[in-house]
Amino acid sequence: MKLINKDTKVVVQGITGTQGRFHTARMREYGTKVLAGVTPGRGGQDVDGTPVYDTVAEAKERSGCDASIIFVPAPGALDAALEAMEAGMDPVVVITEGIPVRDTIELVARAKQTGTTVVGPNTPGLIKAGESKIGIMPNQVFKAGSVGIISRSGTLFYEIAAHVTNQGLGESTCVGLGGDPIVGLDYIELLKWFERDPETRGVALIGEIGGNAEEKAADFIASGGFTKPVAAYIAGRAAVPGKRMGHAGAIIQGSTGSADSKINALRGASAAIGEQPVDVAKALKKALG
Amino acid sequence: MKLLEYEAKDVFRRYGIPLGLSVIAAKPEEARDASMMIGKPVVVKAQVGVGGRGKAGGIKPADTPAEAEEAARQILAMRIKDLPVRKVLVEERLTIQHEVYLGVIVDRTAKCYTVLASIEGGMNIEDIAAKSPEKIVRYSVDPLTGLRSYHAISIAKSLGYTGKKMQQLSDIIQRLNRVSYEMDAELTEINPLIETAEGFIAADARLNVDNNALYRHKELEAKFLESFEGELTPREMEARAMDLIYVEMNGDIGIIGNGAGLTMATLDTVMLYGGRARDFLDLGGGASPDRIGKAVEFILRDSRVKALFVNVLGGITRCDDTAIGIIKARKELGDNKPVIVRMMGTNEEEGKRLLHSAGIETDDTMEEAAQKAVKLARGV
Repeated sequence: MKLINKDTKVVVQGITGTQGRFHTARMREYGTKVLAGVTPGRGGQDVDGTPVYDTVAEAKERSGCDASIIFVPAPGALDAALEAMEAGMDPVVVITEGIPVRDTIELVARAKQTGTTVVGPNTPGLIKAGESKIGIMPNQVFKAGSVGIISRSGTLFYEIAAHVTNQGLGESTCVGLGGDPIVGLDYIELLKWFERDPETRGVALIGEIGGNAEEKAADFIASGGFTKPVAAYIAGRAAVPGKRMGHAGAIIQGSTGSADSKINALRGASAAIGEQPVDVAKALKKALG
Repeated sequence: MKLLEYEAKDVFRRYGIPLGLSVIAAKPEEARDASMMIGKPVVVKAQVGVGGRGKAGGIKPADTPAEAEEAARQILAMRIKDLPVRKVLVEERLTIQHEVYLGVIVDRTAKCYTVLASIEGGMNIEDIAAKSPEKIVRYSVDPLTGLRSYHAISIAKSLGYTGKKMQQLSDIIQRLNRVSYEMDAELTEINPLIETAEGFIAADARLNVDNNALYRHKELEAKFLESFEGELTPREMEARAMDLIYVEMNGDIGIIGNGAGLTMATLDTVMLYGGRARDFLDLGGGASPDRIGKAVEFILRDSRVKALFVNVLGGITRCDDTAIGIIKARKELGDNKPVIVRMMGTNEEEGKRLLHSAGIETDDTMEEAAQKAVKLARGV
C-alpha cells in the first residue's frame, strides 16, 4: 500500500474543470508537488502555471508525476482511473462523486490486479499533515502531529481533525475512505499501515451507518492486529432504517449497518467511543497525553 | 430506482429469462380482456413499489375472465402500505413443483456482484438466511472474468439439480447476471423461480437500478420520480424534485448540514441532548447562496419545525454564502422561527458578521448549538 509524503509528485486529472482548478491551487498552497494536469484536448495549455497534457502517460514522461487525483465527472471517471493505473500512478485518489457502482467494482478489481492503492471514490482524499495533501480538505484544520485519522465522511472528518488539532495532538496521516458502498482502500489496510507508522501514536476512526466495514475493523483490532489507542465516532444513531442518509453507502439494510452494531463491535475491541465528535479528540488526548 | 414487477419482467423478457404469459391492466375491463387472451386460470397481482402485497390481499387467483375483472376491481381500489394501486398484472397461473430463490446483489464486503441462490424459494432471502443459512449458495463473481458458464453450472449443481434442469437453471443464472451487469442493478431477484414439469419460470421479478447509473439508461428517466412513490414520503418527493438531499423524520428540530457524515452527526448530537430531529438535509459540497436559501425556506415552511439548526463546516461550501442564503430565506418568510447557526471554516468571519447584522446568533461548536436548538424547540 502506498500513501503520500512531501516527495509525492501529483498529476491532477480533470484539472481544467472548476473543482480541479480550485483544488490544484489549494494543494499547491499546502505544499503538495502538483507537477501536471491532464485534460484530453487541452494538452499544451496550463492552469495557473501547471502544464496540462492530453494523457497521463505523457504527463508522467514529461513531469515525472507518480500519483494521481481525479476530478473527472462520473461518466469518465472509470476510464480516468484505469488510465492512471496503467501509467503506474500510485496512489490514485478518486474525488468524483456519483460513479456507478458497476464502474467502481471494475476499478477496484483492476487496482487489486495492478497492486495500486485506490482512495475513494467519493472521498475528500488524503493528507500527510504539514507535508502534502492529495485531496480537497481545508488546509487550516490540520497540523503535523501524532494522530492518524480514517474516515468514511468528509466534513465530519474535518470537524474531528479540528478538535484533534485543538487538543494539541495534531495529525500524522489522514485518509478519507469515501462515502460510496464500494471503495478501494479500507479500514483494515490502513490500520495495518498505521500500526507500523512510527509517526502515528493513535487513531481516530470515523465511521457511519451502512455495510459492515467498521465491524470488520473492530474484529481486526480485537484480534491484536492493531495495538495503538483507537477512539471512534459512528454517525447515524438517529438515522432512519432503509433510507439513504446522504451518502450512497449510508443506509441501514435489514439488520445490517446500524450505528449500534458498529459501536458495540468497536467497544468490544476496546476502542473509546465518542458520544459526540469532540469526545474522540478528548479520548485520544487522555490516552496519548 | 426500484422497478415494478411488470417493468422488471419487461427487462427480463428482453434477456430471455422464461416468464409466464402476462398482460398489464389499469382497469377491471382490461383485466377481463387479458384473462380472455391468456385463456387459462390466472393470478391478478397489484403493481406497487413495496413488499408485502400478498399479505395485504393484493394477489388474487381468478379462474374466469369475470373473476379476473372482479379481482382487478377489488385490487385497483386498494391502498397497499398507503400506496394507491394503479395497475395490476394478469398472469397465467402455474402448477408449482418447487420454488427456487435466485438473486444477484452488489456485495459491499467482497466488492463485486454476488449471486445468491437457494432451494428454499418463496420466502424472502433474509428469512431464508435466518431459518436455514446452510441452504443459501453464495457465489462472488470475479469482475475481471465475469460469471462464466461453468460458474453458473456449479451454482445450479450446488442446489441439487442435474442434467437438463441443471443446464436450464444455469442458463437463467447467467441471464440474470447479465441483466444485473448491463442494467447497472444494485439488486435483481427472481423469487420464486418456479420449477414446473416443463422447466423453470420466473414468477416474480425485482430489479433495482443504481441511481448513479441512470445516465446510461435514459429509457428509465421518465419514470424516475414516480418510482420513488413507495420509498419516499410526499415531502421527500417534493425535496427530490427540488434536487435537495432530504430525509423526513418525526421530531421538531429542522436540521441542515453540509456533508452526509456531519449532518448525521448533527442529528445524533441533537438526540444526545434530548431533542428530536424533524429531518436530515445535506447541502452537499459547494452549495450556492440560492441553493442554501431554498433549503432553509423548505425547512422553515414545514409546520412541524419549531427551530432550525444549520451546521456548516466550510470547505468548498463558504460560510458567507451560507449566511446570505439564510438571511434571504428569512426575509422571504419573516422571522417566524428560531434559527441556530454554527459555522466554521472558509470565510467564517464574513459569514458571522452578515448573520449578526441580520440579528441571527451563531455558535462556535456544534455541541453548544445543539443544546440551544433543543431548548428553543421546547420554547424555553
